[in-house]
Amino acid sequence: MSGTFVGMPAFPVAAQEAVHDSTLRGNLRHATHTIRAKREKAVAEVSDWAALREAGKQIKDHTLRHLDRYLVQLEEAVTAAGGVVHWAADADEANRIVTALVRMTGETEVVKVKSMATQEIGLNEALEAAGIHAYETDLAELIVQLGKDRPSHILVPAIHRNRGEIRDIFAREMGEWGRPAPEGLTDTPAELAEAARLHLREKFLRAKVGISGANFMVAETGTLVVVESEGNGRMCLTLPETLISVVGIEKIVPSWRDLEVFLQTLPRSSTAERMNPYTSMWTGTKDGRAGEDDGPGTFHLVLLDNGRTDTLADEVGRQALRCIRCSACLNVCPVYERAGGHAYGSVYPGPIGAILSPQLRGTGSEIDASLPYASSLCGACYEVCPVAIDIPEVLVHLRERIAEGGPATRDGNRVLLKPAKGHAAERAAMRAARWAFSHPGALRGGQRLASRTRRFHPRTLPGPGRAWSATRDLPEVPAESFRDWWQRTRGGKDVTK
Amino acid sequence: MSSRDLILGRVRRATADIRDDDTPYERAVDRSYLREHGERTPAQTVALLAENLADYRAVVHRCAADALPATLAGLLAARGSGTVVVPEGLDGAWLAESEVTRVADRATGTAHELDAVDSVVTACAVAVAETGTIVLDASPDQGRRRITLVPDHHICVVRVPGQVVSSVPQALERLDPARPLTWISGPSATSDIELDRVEGVHGPRTLEVVLVDDASQGVPPSSGEHVARLA
Ligand code: SF4
Repeated sequence: MSGTFVGMPAFPVAAQEAVHDSTLRGNLRHATHTIRAKREKAVAEVSDWAALREAGKQIKDHTLRHLDRYLVQLEEAVTAAGGVVHWAADADEANRIVTALVRMTGETEVVKVKSMATQEIGLNEALEAAGIHAYETDLAELIVQLGKDRPSHILVPAIHRNRGEIRDIFAREMGEWGRPAPEGLTDTPAELAEAARLHLREKFLRAKVGISGANFMVAETGTLVVVESEGNGRMCLTLPETLISVVGIEKIVPSWRDLEVFLQTLPRSSTAERMNPYTSMWTGTKDGRAGEDDGPGTFHLVLLDNGRTDTLADEVGRQALRCIRCSACLNVCPVYERAGGHAYGSVYPGPIGAILSPQLRGTGSEIDASLPYASSLCGACYEVCPVAIDIPEVLVHLRERIAEGGPATRDGNRVLLKPAKGHAAERAAMRAARWAFSHPGALRGGQRLASRTRRFHPRTLPGPGRAWSATRDLPEVPAESFRDWWQRTRGGKDVTK
Repeated sequence: MSSRDLILGRVRRATADIRDDDTPYERAVDRSYLREHGERTPAQTVALLAENLADYRAVVHRCAADALPATLAGLLAARGSGTVVVPEGLDGAWLAESEVTRVADRATGTAHELDAVDSVVTACAVAVAETGTIVLDASPDQGRRRITLVPDHHICVVRVPGQVVSSVPQALERLDPARPLTWISGPSATSDIELDRVEGVHGPRTLEVVLVDDASQGVPPSSGEHVARLA
């Protein structure tokens, strides 16, 4: 299982459907604009934002440069604190390891904290196939899971659902999975949250196995960090007897002190808060810590590669591994705002998805080959990124590689990619180009911005909205032109709500 | 070959193009960001903590050290709490004036038992003014992580100004990574339904923070021992 959504059409096709969905677009617009405005305020509160951003970038770059050393150091520290470290080269191996670990406990139910890594490997499906029920406990993930749906945003995965739909899903599905929704449930957020609280509490209190990801792992101390809001993370991390964390190998920071950078930049970039309601940090197991009896007695850390070392081998693309999954780039992206998260066909949507997914999975599929074209190259994603990933630069780099071929690394081996002749990606680019050329205002905007990116290549066609606009169904596309949008938002006159 | 060797080998090959860099880590990163934002007196730092806690919908109270037992008794009574879970190392005097039935934080206690308890009272390890955060490190006066999670009402006592720092960097300096840590900024919250903020999905829906004046007694920060252990 590669984590590719099976049968997912290429970005232009998926996006075309999305732009017709006015609920989705309305919700997304509201969400992205609201978070964006709040975020600017939260960032303005810290006068040293630029220095923090630079430090974050340097810490992550240094870590990636010496990743082998830090992985070994982390393994030693976690082991010394009573944890067990496993290494998984790909999704299948990670799923096999986790399945075997759960089986060893004799349990057939696990509670899960929202985790992109486990979504990436399709862990829930793998567990289900082994007869193990995995319950998502983040409210949004619960909505997604009960609705038999897919997340559409990193931070607010169910943003495509309205309260009425959520009520209906709860009323219809909760009984299937455990405690049913209360009689006469209305669609007020408070009542819906209460229904989720009761439904999930029943699961938390009896759960013997918890599964999580982690936002950070500290090599020096073996400490894992999970940042969250609802408390479902704390539940999964402290109540079960066994805790299994599946974490991408790039999530390391070298020292305890490094957290001072990311605990300042992540919440502000992500939920636009000074600090998220809950952050949990733990090192090993309760038995590994003297004089204390708190939390799981067994802790397994599964270190996941699944394309990360291939990404690391690409000297331009490797910077994508600095990502701390804050989702700030989604909220400023004009393409994401219109196309929605599902169109990206991967667990990583938006600008970061457009550069990370095709690197993790390779560009063999239509969807992956079209993702680097799912951008207007406007550069807003780079500006907000708290670890300064130059997303436009990587996009242009990946487009070149898709269009012209070139060296790449797959499964640890150097391969020479052939140019994608007549490939879907190229077709999407052509369609987008036609649209752009027939709308000179939009093109002007696009070119101006595109010219900001280094390594810009004339063969990679500029133009805003490329893939999503392939529909050329213009009345449906923005009520406001891309150029107006740009001027309004860049002029600092962004009135949201 | 084990996956461990496979992955480490791939990492080494992937980074072979990067020239060796032996800068020790202490010097590898530019740390010119601030240790704290703005200059404040200790009193101002405490005021900022109170303001930021309240901004994230914690209920903040202030009292003198000798008024703490009465304050806690009042808060528990106002809430109508019948039972309160108490960490082993909590200063016995704190709850001396409360009528509420005390439940000990025992390792053998089940999560279901905790679910039936109304309130929890704890101390904290450190509080961060700039972010409105209290940090618990599972010391004897704070107890296991789950006792501040399962009951719906958490009262946390912060000794001010001794336990208050300005910033996240200063808080990390005081904490021991070997301990399980929980950073709490306001009550549990979600904005997953149309971005409407709702308090309390899984954690306590009410967080009350009592800032108790320790200046008169000159009490050192309780986490001083952790700093020593770290060094
Ligand atoms: S790429 Fe940057 S802005 Fe986007 S999610 Fe990652 S860290 Fe955040």
